[in-house]
Amino acid sequence: MSDHESTYVPKTGIEKWLDTRLPIVRFGADYLALPTPRNLNYWYTFGAILMVCLVIQIATGVVLAMHYVPNTEMAFASVERIMRDVNGGDIIRYTHANGASMFFIAVYIHMLRGLYYGSYKAPREMIWIVGCLIFFLLIATAFLGYVLPWGQMSYWGAEVITNLVGAIPVIGEPILIWLRGGPAIDNATLNRFFSLHYLLPFVIAGCVVLHLWALHTAGQNNPVGILIPKERQKKDTLPFHPYYTVKDGFVLIVFFMLFSVFVFFMPNALGHADNSIPANPLVTPAHIVPEWYMLPFYAILRAIPDKFGGVLAMFGAIGVLFILPWLDTSKVRSMRYRPTMRTFFILFVIVGIVLGWCGAQLPDAPVIGTFKTFILIDGDLNSYLWLTRFATLYYFAFFLIIMPLVGLRERPLPIPATISEPVLDGSFAMNAAVMAQAEKKG
Amino acid sequence: MILQTNIRAMKKTLVLIAAAVGLTLAAQPALAAGGESKPLRSGGFSFEGPFGSFDRNQLQRGYKVYREVCASCHGMQLMHFRNLAEPGGPFYDSHQASPAENRWVKTLAKQVQIADIDTETGEPVMRDGTAADRFPSPYPNATAAAAANGGAAPPDLSVMAKARKGGADYIYSLLTGYAAVPQGLRMMPGQHYNMYMAGDLTPFMPDGAHVPPGGFIAMPNPLNEGQVTYDDGTVASVDQMAKDVAAYIAWSSDPRQVQRKQAGVGVLIFLFIFAGITYLSYRRIWKGIAH
Repeated sequence: MSDHESTYVPKTGIEKWLDTRLPIVRFGADYLALPTPRNLNYWYTFGAILMVCLVIQIATGVVLAMHYVPNTEMAFASVERIMRDVNGGDIIRYTHANGASMFFIAVYIHMLRGLYYGSYKAPREMIWIVGCLIFFLLIATAFLGYVLPWGQMSYWGAEVITNLVGAIPVIGEPILIWLRGGPAIDNATLNRFFSLHYLLPFVIAGCVVLHLWALHTAGQNNPVGILIPKERQKKDTLPFHPYYTVKDGFVLIVFFMLFSVFVFFMPNALGHADNSIPANPLVTPAHIVPEWYMLPFYAILRAIPDKFGGVLAMFGAIGVLFILPWLDTSKVRSMRYRPTMRTFFILFVIVGIVLGWCGAQLPDAPVIGTFKTFILIDGDLNSYLWLTRFATLYYFAFFLIIMPLVGLRERPLPIPATISEPVLDGSFAMNAAVMAQAEKKG
Repeated sequence: MILQTNIRAMKKTLVLIAAAVGLTLAAQPALAAGGESKPLRSGGFSFEGPFGSFDRNQLQRGYKVYREVCASCHGMQLMHFRNLAEPGGPFYDSHQASPAENRWVKTLAKQVQIADIDTETGEPVMRDGTAADRFPSPYPNATAAAAANGGAAPPDLSVMAKARKGGADYIYSLLTGYAAVPQGLRMMPGQHYNMYMAGDLTPFMPDGAHVPPGGFIAMPNPLNEGQVTYDDGTVASVDQMAKDVAAYIAWSSDPRQVQRKQAGVGVLIFLFIFAGITYLSYRRIWKGIAH
């Protein structure tokens, strides 16, 4: 789709003048006219939704930063003051706080969609890798932001997470002190976290530009997962505008409805009550838990008995995503045509939810009822500790074992020759030649 | 085809709602292990639900309970007297020029002495409160608060309904949760038994005995029948006072919640109509295009 030719014709004098100097109108016009596969379903609307999420977070965040005081003595009260004395401050702050959750809902759907339809495979590896980088930055930004209100969970969350760095042998301790700006989490930590929390969203915005650049160079994937040959482009694509602006727009508004339910009616439902208690380094909360979107990774961290091992596993769980394009050995992109892999994928989604659930529980708590089974190494088999470990095992096995092996051994279903074929016929009937080709590909 | 897409759109909405419910559930932390917890008593508050709003009389009664009972130990540092006269607040008057001009709030503030510096001499003085003043703290600092209360400083109540799971129901339950000490419970000195306090009493019970719900709390039972004389003639039972002060703290924890919910209803109606119109234009633009 990179070779799509510009159809923009400057009409007015100023447009002509501008077009030979800074063709920014042409850029926008070409963007809107971009040929887009006609078969994109609703799962493909989350890219646009994420873009809006980022804009909302930056816009509300800039206003919040005008009123927020990054000082351990005043941060908590300044956040409350925003919600009491700033015009519309409660809505701005709750939009920002719940916006983080909405961002992660969208990003998880977006990533799972990419996983399901094989959007990471050649020639789209760079789109995926930049996307993984954005995801990592997003987690970092969300964590930094959660510390800023300086409630009990902010403080103790920062304590737990920065301590992870201390688990690195030899160099861990000095790095920890350098990161915190002192021997303990204090004003210096809060100040740098505020500074970085303001910086990272713009780094993310930069990465989004790269993400889109790569997307428009390699071309959009689609649910059928086949590349659109040049001669089929007219038949198989539609201009982005108005077809996808209206489709994305519709889902965006539905997404806003979900967003509004949280902001206006249950703004603290996704948070933790302890974060409305001002930070107190002398009182540890009974149960330190991160925000819901970090829970799967928090569970993986706790699954490993060794602290440094846990840190490696947690970062590894994100790191493994970066090499995904080379772990998948199948040539077929879409899991629509990979029934075996689809089963493993559905199991992966369930395991991800189970990991999130485990992350919010006490490791020693029993999963089913209160009965004791038997102690396996260091914990009862009927405990969240072991459920987390089995789930973690599957998480890594999915990428490192299942993906390479299934790709080599499965028999994919026949793939349509063009994306309009299943659409127009409403069936998957294909001629023998196409069948043979699909077999060869598989 | 339209029907099919409609169903798909509906499915989508259902998935989103399911996601919202799931997230909310997942975000709830597990209860502490050991020792059963007693389900909270419901205050049946008027501000619950998407259309609920505060009962002004209840907020005024609750303020009186706070001022006459709680304020002797608990501060509300985020509250100013003017907040009481803001829209949705207990003393809001639609005729007032501004919250600072509210006559009731001016009178209420005047009843409280505020530590200040004399602008002429620089000497510390006590003066009458004004609407612009913060609620004064009962203790000069946290150390003094802790020293006067057996080592545990009474927490600030400004956002207490947000800081405890269960919110106003929790405060109401806790204040009415002082019960006779269960048989066999080894009491800690300076502590009191409360059925709704967080904690695990297992270590304080004889082995094998049934562990009662609740935990130890440093605050003695603060409310007694008729402790406050309500101006509106309501009988000041412990239950009534607990409910009223819980409602007042729910308001102070998030004073704009009712206005926000009202705005939210409008926002959702707008978005619903907007979604409908956008959906129709989507159908129209994609008409005749197989996809």
